[in-house]
Amino acid sequence: MSPALIVLLPFAGALLTMLAAGRGRAAVAGGAAAMTGLALAGLCLHVPAILQGQTVASRLDWLPQLGLQASFRIDGLGLLFGLLILGIGLLIQLYARHYLAPAEPVVRFYSFLMLFQGAMLGVVLSDNMLLLLVFWELTSLSSFLLIGFWSGQAEARRGARMALVVTGMGGLAMIAGLMILGHVAGTYQISDLLAARGAIQSSPLYLPALLLILLGAFTKSAQFPFHFWLPHAMAAPTPVSAYLHSATMVKAGVFLLARLWPVLSGTPEWFWLVSGTGLVTMLLGAWVALSRDDLKALLAYSTVSHLGLICLLLGLGTAEAALAAVLHILNHAIFKAALFMTAGIIDHETGTRSVARLGGLRRLMPVTFAIGTLAALSMAGIPPLNGFLSKELMLEASLHAPGIGWAIAATLSAALSVGYSLRLVRAVFLGPVRGDYPRPPHDPGAGLWLAPGLLVALVVLIGLMPDQAAGWLVRAAATAVTGAEAQAHLALWHGWSGALGLSALAVAAGLALLARRGVWQLPLPDARRIFDRVAAGVLRLARLLGDGLGNGSMARALAALLVVILACAVLAYAGPGQPALTRPMLPAPPVAVIGWLVLMLACLAMTACHRDRLLALVLVGIVGLMVSGLFLYLSAPDLALTQITVEVVTVILLLMALNFLPRRSRRGSAGARRGFDAGLSVLAGLGFGGLAWVVMRSQPELPSISGYMLRNSHALGGGDNVVNVILVDFRGYDTFGEITVLGIAALVIFALAQALLAGALPRHPVRGPGDHPQMLAVVARLVLPMTLAVGLHMFLRGHNLPGGGFVAGLIVAAALMAQYMAMGQAWVQDRNRLAWQGLIGAGVAVAGLTGIGAWLAGRPFLTSWHDKIALPGLEPFELASAMGFDLGVFLCVLGAVMLALDALARLARALRGAPGAKEAEWNS
Amino acid sequence: MEFLIASAIGMLTACGCYLILRSRSFAVVLGMTLLSYAINLFLFASGRLAVAAPPVLGQGSAPGDPLPQALVLTAIVISFGMTAVTVMMALGAHLSGGDDRIDMPRADRVPPEERE
Repeated sequence: MSPALIVLLPFAGALLTMLAAGRGRAAVAGGAAAMTGLALAGLCLHVPAILQGQTVASRLDWLPQLGLQASFRIDGLGLLFGLLILGIGLLIQLYARHYLAPAEPVVRFYSFLMLFQGAMLGVVLSDNMLLLLVFWELTSLSSFLLIGFWSGQAEARRGARMALVVTGMGGLAMIAGLMILGHVAGTYQISDLLAARGAIQSSPLYLPALLLILLGAFTKSAQFPFHFWLPHAMAAPTPVSAYLHSATMVKAGVFLLARLWPVLSGTPEWFWLVSGTGLVTMLLGAWVALSRDDLKALLAYSTVSHLGLICLLLGLGTAEAALAAVLHILNHAIFKAALFMTAGIIDHETGTRSVARLGGLRRLMPVTFAIGTLAALSMAGIPPLNGFLSKELMLEASLHAPGIGWAIAATLSAALSVGYSLRLVRAVFLGPVRGDYPRPPHDPGAGLWLAPGLLVALVVLIGLMPDQAAGWLVRAAATAVTGAEAQAHLALWHGWSGALGLSALAVAAGLALLARRGVWQLPLPDARRIFDRVAAGVLRLARLLGDGLGNGSMARALAALLVVILACAVLAYAGPGQPALTRPMLPAPPVAVIGWLVLMLACLAMTACHRDRLLALVLVGIVGLMVSGLFLYLSAPDLALTQITVEVVTVILLLMALNFLPRRSRRGSAGARRGFDAGLSVLAGLGFGGLAWVVMRSQPELPSISGYMLRNSHALGGGDNVVNVILVDFRGYDTFGEITVLGIAALVIFALAQALLAGALPRHPVRGPGDHPQMLAVVARLVLPMTLAVGLHMFLRGHNLPGGGFVAGLIVAAALMAQYMAMGQAWVQDRNRLAWQGLIGAGVAVAGLTGIGAWLAGRPFLTSWHDKIALPGLEPFELASAMGFDLGVFLCVLGAVMLALDALARLARALRGAPGAKEAEWNS
Repeated sequence: MEFLIASAIGMLTACGCYLILRSRSFAVVLGMTLLSYAINLFLFASGRLAVAAPPVLGQGSAPGDPLPQALVLTAIVISFGMTAVTVMMALGAHLSGGDDRIDMPRADRVPPEERE
């Protein structure tokens, strides 16, 4: 089975569980388990190949330009983690089926769980760092969802948020670190990257990359000082704690360390940072675990401690230590998952997880007692269980590390481990039977104890026959980590060695520790309070910044934006690389100077009198007219036509809107504010005008791509008006999008008007039209057919001469608008049979179908066709399929403009009928 | 001629910016209209100015740069759509709120669960 498919199966399972909703817990869990089992079987098929030293890969180019490939690869390390994720996942699904009450949202639980499973598999099987990062963030997100599963509890919400913040922050750092690594190595493929050890370690960017990557790994694997989120994550349902927060997700960090071990390890920085952090975490976690009262908290701190141990081993940088680390990853996952499940059973059956309220369960829950005790003894490192093996290897590796300190610390940690493991057994199972359990305890059904039971069987099996049961897997994984063939033979009995002596010492010290009634508490600060305080501080800062910039005043936000743009402009103007202003200027004829003067004066006058709305509107019309004239003079007849028709339509629209507004607006801002804004605006004007000056006076740095369009307009597009050919042919896709947007804008206007009409109508005085002037009515009716003819003409000639669908649509719209103005909205609306929305839809459809027509000829979307047509009685003429597209443009523009206008008109009509509306003259 | 265009662009920008910094909706609509003129002119000018050279083939003279014109043409139509939507929104706010201020009062910015 392809590695990519193996990763995809759990995601498919997440969907499947949702489909199974409503069919009961068994169906949901069964669906999830089926997919997990399928993926597990697929993975197992690869075992023989991988044991022979091969790797299995699948690769799909995703965004090769960014170095992003959807490539997956299974090697020994991936296999070990994949088996853990899927194997323990399967057991967890069985366990959770019986753990969760029927009333709980089981579907949600299983789909989140499958989502996590897929993400975690993705992390361990990705062969591309960018892909790995995507999955990495997905594990953080799914962990967030699972910790917060009981979202009704404040504790769960807080724990989920804390975990997300800490691991998410680390994830961000790691993105940066891995990007640096990819940059240095020149590849994002992990398999290629692993060969670039020399280049990476000699790069000056090695240390920053290492620090950032370690930040990601340490936060994920709960290393000091980021360990605090893990105990708070225990608010999750116990199956989640067993799966994510002991066996798999928290191992993602150490997985990454192991994955990158060949390129990052072996330097003093790596040694001290990784081993040092691991050492502190290991001792701290173990010490705190000694005194926890909550069973799950105790286990969480012990997980922190064991993760520290794995970290320490990876940090030592020797192949021997790496093998020990790999073995302990496996062993810890097995016994800790069993322990968490046991804690869940105890919680489930007795109603408490508090050590102080338990005791004597040995007789009441013998099966649970057996499972829990074996798992705890393995955690303590007692032979002949699997925990003993990895502890021996760990002590051995610490003896070989430089300095005696490592061996002392390792022994101390082993002793503490014995202490808290045995304390757990003693406090929960031993002692007299009590009479005050919250619930009368008894062993659960097989559904609950089967999963931990199987794990404990593995604990014993690996302990007794390490080489047969796990040696192959551990050797394959260690080979993948170190890159050198691992030869170690795992055996329970290693002979009399230094490690054995330390081990015995540790057990003795642990028993002594147990004999003491209380232990000295570490003066640890309350991590949660610190976290909350920091989070609140950051929030306050963000709010301060947000409120300062955006206090709800758009003017202030825009001013801030302008200031930033101006600062960028200053930098650009001051920077090097200014182009030479060598392009000769065109002469300015007097008529252009007059037009310029009118434009400048109109702008100034409008700014000065903008509160007088009608006057401002007249002035804006003048400005628009001047701009159109400019386009005409500067050889852009199409633009001039479009600008002037848009101008007409806009002014009419604004006039209609003005109908509802008071004639003058009130002054909105104080004098100082206006002065500041004026200064800012003058600077903006100078900057933008200056930019235009520089652009027009300098030669283009690159040749324009217009040459191609000019050359091929006739041959490919069948038209002589290149602007129109660009619109309907070369860049037809853009235009297609654009008319769609225009149509949507018109529909938004329509919807807004509908909403206003549906709401309570206001009691503002509304000026409405009185009598419609007879002259205007007559002229408008007279002009209509002529304008329509002009529109048709503009449309037909558009492909070869200035004109086209946009202009024609606007002209026809203007002609129809004139009817509204002359005869009144009511008159027109009563006679209009066209639904403007339909026109928009028809326009988009016609344009789209014309484009699709190209498919029939086996060409890409919107490829145009053209030919000479000879009809009897007419001169031969050129016909292009682009005309169909232009027809769509025409219909859409017409529909959009008319729909907007019609919406305003209906609003006006309704308001006039509203109580309190005051009749006034339209043209007063 | 280049100076006239550049100064016109500058003036349109300055007036447009000043107007959109007002706190009344109508002024903002006017300001946006002026700014669109400025930007359209700028885009157009990036093809460099030419007189009597329309980008239509078979008209004798060397045709001008058609690409900025095509870009600006669509920009003109789209800015019409934008203006129309803004006007409608301003109108809706005015009709339902009785005021044409565009600032959002503090009470509207605070999420419901954080209100006292």
